[in-house]
Amino acid sequence: MSVKVKIPTQLRAMSGGEGVVTVEGSTVTEVLDALFAVHGELRERIYDDEGGLRRFVNVYVGGDDIRFEQGLDTPVPAGGEVQILPAVAGG
Amino acid sequence: MPATALKCRECKTEYALEARYVCEKCFGPLEVAYDYSALAGDPDHQRRRIQAGPQNIWRYADFLPLAGGSPGASTRGASRSGLPAGCTPLIRADRLAAELGLNEVWVKNDAANPTHSFKDRVVSVATHRARELGFDTLACASTGNLANAVAAQASALGMRSYVFIPSDLEEQKILATGVYGTNVVAVKGNYDDVNRLCTELSGERDRWAFVNVNMRPYYAEGSKTLAYEIAEQLGFRTPDRIVAPIASGSLFTKIAKGFEEWLELGIATGELPTMNGAQALGCSPVATAFENGHDVCRPVKPDTIAKSLAIGNPADGPYALELARRSGGKIDSVTDDEIREGIALLARTTGVFTETAGGVTTATLKKLADRGDIDPDERVVIVITGEGLKTLDAVRDSFTTHTIEPNYDAFEAEFAVAGSR
Repeated sequence: MSVKVKIPTQLRAMSGGEGVVTVEGSTVTEVLDALFAVHGELRERIYDDEGGLRRFVNVYVGGDDIRFEQGLDTPVPAGGEVQILPAVAGG
Repeated sequence: MPATALKCRECKTEYALEARYVCEKCFGPLEVAYDYSALAGDPDHQRRRIQAGPQNIWRYADFLPLAGGSPGASTRGASRSGLPAGCTPLIRADRLAAELGLNEVWVKNDAANPTHSFKDRVVSVATHRARELGFDTLACASTGNLANAVAAQASALGMRSYVFIPSDLEEQKILATGVYGTNVVAVKGNYDDVNRLCTELSGERDRWAFVNVNMRPYYAEGSKTLAYEIAEQLGFRTPDRIVAPIASGSLFTKIAKGFEEWLELGIATGELPTMNGAQALGCSPVATAFENGHDVCRPVKPDTIAKSLAIGNPADGPYALELARRSGGKIDSVTDDEIREGIALLARTTGVFTETAGGVTTATLKKLADRGDIDPDERVVIVITGEGLKTLDAVRDSFTTHTIEPNYDAFEAEFAVAGSR
């Protein structure tokens, strides 16, 4: 199942300048693993040492924060969109 | 200017003083770092310099991250710096204190800013830094007050602006924004949706200065001026306790930073005040984390009348938690009914009409007093961040209007019962 991953500008140096990467996967974990298989450097920017999401990284599926869903196990529909964004904006 | 770099709060990586807000290594927030060594050693001189400054936040330009110092040639009474913010009244509130069994309560009334909220402070700093960096367009993700401030400041300086707000915002805040001739973008979603959109947009529109996204490190510094003013108005002393609202946690943490800078430089005497944070129960991710002993906040979907505080995913939540604990304070939440009562309490004891966020703050003060958390002899300052006229629905139907025929007998008949001759 093909999924679009939107990469924030701050991480594009590690995605070959790409703002959108298309990968396969049916959960956020699978999608991110597929992303890291293509752009390995992204892993340590997005995951902490314990393999969880870093504190200041937000991930959205179809516009919804995955922390309101099932975290990294949140399902991603075919043709869906996973967005990675910094968490420190706003206020 | 003493600002030296942008520095990651988490991993301490340094960056140039540009329009950036997030660490590329760990995604942590960037903060302005300063070298105050040139200001150290002569607090008397520094105090005199401040007192000779203009009657707005630029009297504190030495502590703000502008390369050119105070923007425009301001004299004490007149300003050539766009729409000047700050120098709002600090009011001794003896009737409020008496009602709560306290001896000394002060109200810092930041509704007295040009667009009637503390946001004029942060927008002033972000905007002038944006101009130094060559931007000609301002933007923001706002719960309302920030939209007012950005639209007005942009107009004052002849800049383009785009303000992004949740579409269900109070009508008063939308009207008080659109009037300035900005581009009002009402997003079908809550503030956190607006913020997500603006975070993405700021990456794509690199000629836009989003005051609370890519300009956020500079923007946040503007809140320090609240602490400087409170200290200066108290005779260059810090109060014993601050009660302030928490939305993202930025204001709360920067007030403490302002006090700490002045204490370190000897400009103010005293100690870091006990810092009490105030949230609405319907959006209380920081208060909940405080109560549960957590270091990070679990995001929530807001449901409260305090829309200006309705940030379910607070960027500075972890730092607000750390500060409340370190200063011996707490972070409490109050119900929507308590918020309405807080607005009424402040209005009928001080003559200050605040918006829902100020209701949250006042209700939290009452909660702390009722619980016995405050020593009656403490000097307490509550930070009232916005104006009641912007959230009129909160007081609708809260009192009786006496409607009478235009004659003496009608008046007498209406008030005969009250016997108010």
